[in-house]
Amino acid sequence: MLRWTDQRMERFIGGLLRVGVLLSAALVLAGAVVHLAGHAGDRPDLHVFRGEPLALREIGGILRGALAVEGRGLIQLGLLVLVATPVARVGFSVFAFAAQRDRTYVLVTMAVLAILSFSLFGVRGHP
Amino acid sequence: MTLLATSLLIWTGSLLAGFLGALTGLGGGVVVVPLLALAFGVDLRYAIGASLLSVIATSSGAAAAYVRDGLSNVRVGMFLEIATTLGALAGAFVAAHVPTSAVAVVFGLVLLGAAGLSLRHPASQAGPPRPADPIAIALRMDGSYPGHDGRIEYHVRNVPAGFGLMAVAGGLSGLLGIGSGALKVIAMDDVMRLPFKVSSTTSNFMIGVTAAASAGVYLARGYLDPVLAAPVVLGVLPGALLGAWLLPRLGGRVLRLVFAGVIAVLAVEMLYQGATGRL
Repeated sequence: MLRWTDQRMERFIGGLLRVGVLLSAALVLAGAVVHLAGHAGDRPDLHVFRGEPLALREIGGILRGALAVEGRGLIQLGLLVLVATPVARVGFSVFAFAAQRDRTYVLVTMAVLAILSFSLFGVRGHP
Repeated sequence: MTLLATSLLIWTGSLLAGFLGALTGLGGGVVVVPLLALAFGVDLRYAIGASLLSVIATSSGAAAAYVRDGLSNVRVGMFLEIATTLGALAGAFVAAHVPTSAVAVVFGLVLLGAAGLSLRHPASQAGPPRPADPIAIALRMDGSYPGHDGRIEYHVRNVPAGFGLMAVAGGLSGLLGIGSGALKVIAMDDVMRLPFKVSSTTSNFMIGVTAAASAGVYLARGYLDPVLAAPVVLGVLPGALLGAWLLPRLGGRVLRLVFAGVIAVLAVEMLYQGATGRL
């Protein structure tokens, strides 16, 4: 079995980040094209803060929108992939440090992962 | 203006912002937020949300290139991410409870500081040798990076102070939607005494994770508008990568002065608009 040396870990992380960014950019671009195709003549109004509709604030609603090939849902899914990329990097590091039998850094990395999970899943939006 | 025209203008502006941010070493966020708020009249919360996303894109995109060079220190980065992510969460919560005009004033002040910092010379690594921090030894943070003749060893110092500064950097990132890269580099460079090459790549590596910690809060609070974020992210990313590629080929002092001047003007404008309650 190949050992997860620091160098090998770094190479894998580099590839992971690249795939995440490219996938995210592709989804955002596709969503922007779909949205603009239907709304090119809209008058955007971002001067006043209203907050996004709930369907664009939670993972379930975003997935439904994206699967329906709805422009804003697709963009939001791409943005979720973007946010998930560094989170995946931290998640992978837990595994890699475990493979190195480095208990201290397994704990350190899990602490970071817990904070990130709280932000992504633990915060309720106000309607 | 129609959505198509606005989106194209915002995309062009974001491309320039990413480019400028990379050339000054300050990151796209510090230029994108004033651009959206001042030039396009976008509500500061939407501007900060879109900027934060572009910060994640830039960090991941650039880190993908650097990380394979074996320059960044994964252990130092991961340990300090505990501080930056906690700070970022706190910053994002504070952002939801203070008026945007106050956020604008803080943004202006941070921007002024950043403009000054961008002119500073990189810290000299010379100086009397100091004992390595026992915490750094216990956490096996000392490392090495590839130099001209084999790998160069280095020690990590002053972990608690670096950790504290990182929490502040994370807080500013979550409050203002910026990467806080300059402050992160100072913490690792001047305080923890990492070699410049290591600190700048490790900092860049950490920025994405830090920003992800506040992005969840922003999403739940409805700050992330897809129609605005799309041209911003798609503009800042290529702009920043182009700037990072061009940086070592330019690197003139005059150029840095000009850019620092631009940032300072934006800072004053943010301060003024914030103080008069217009943002």
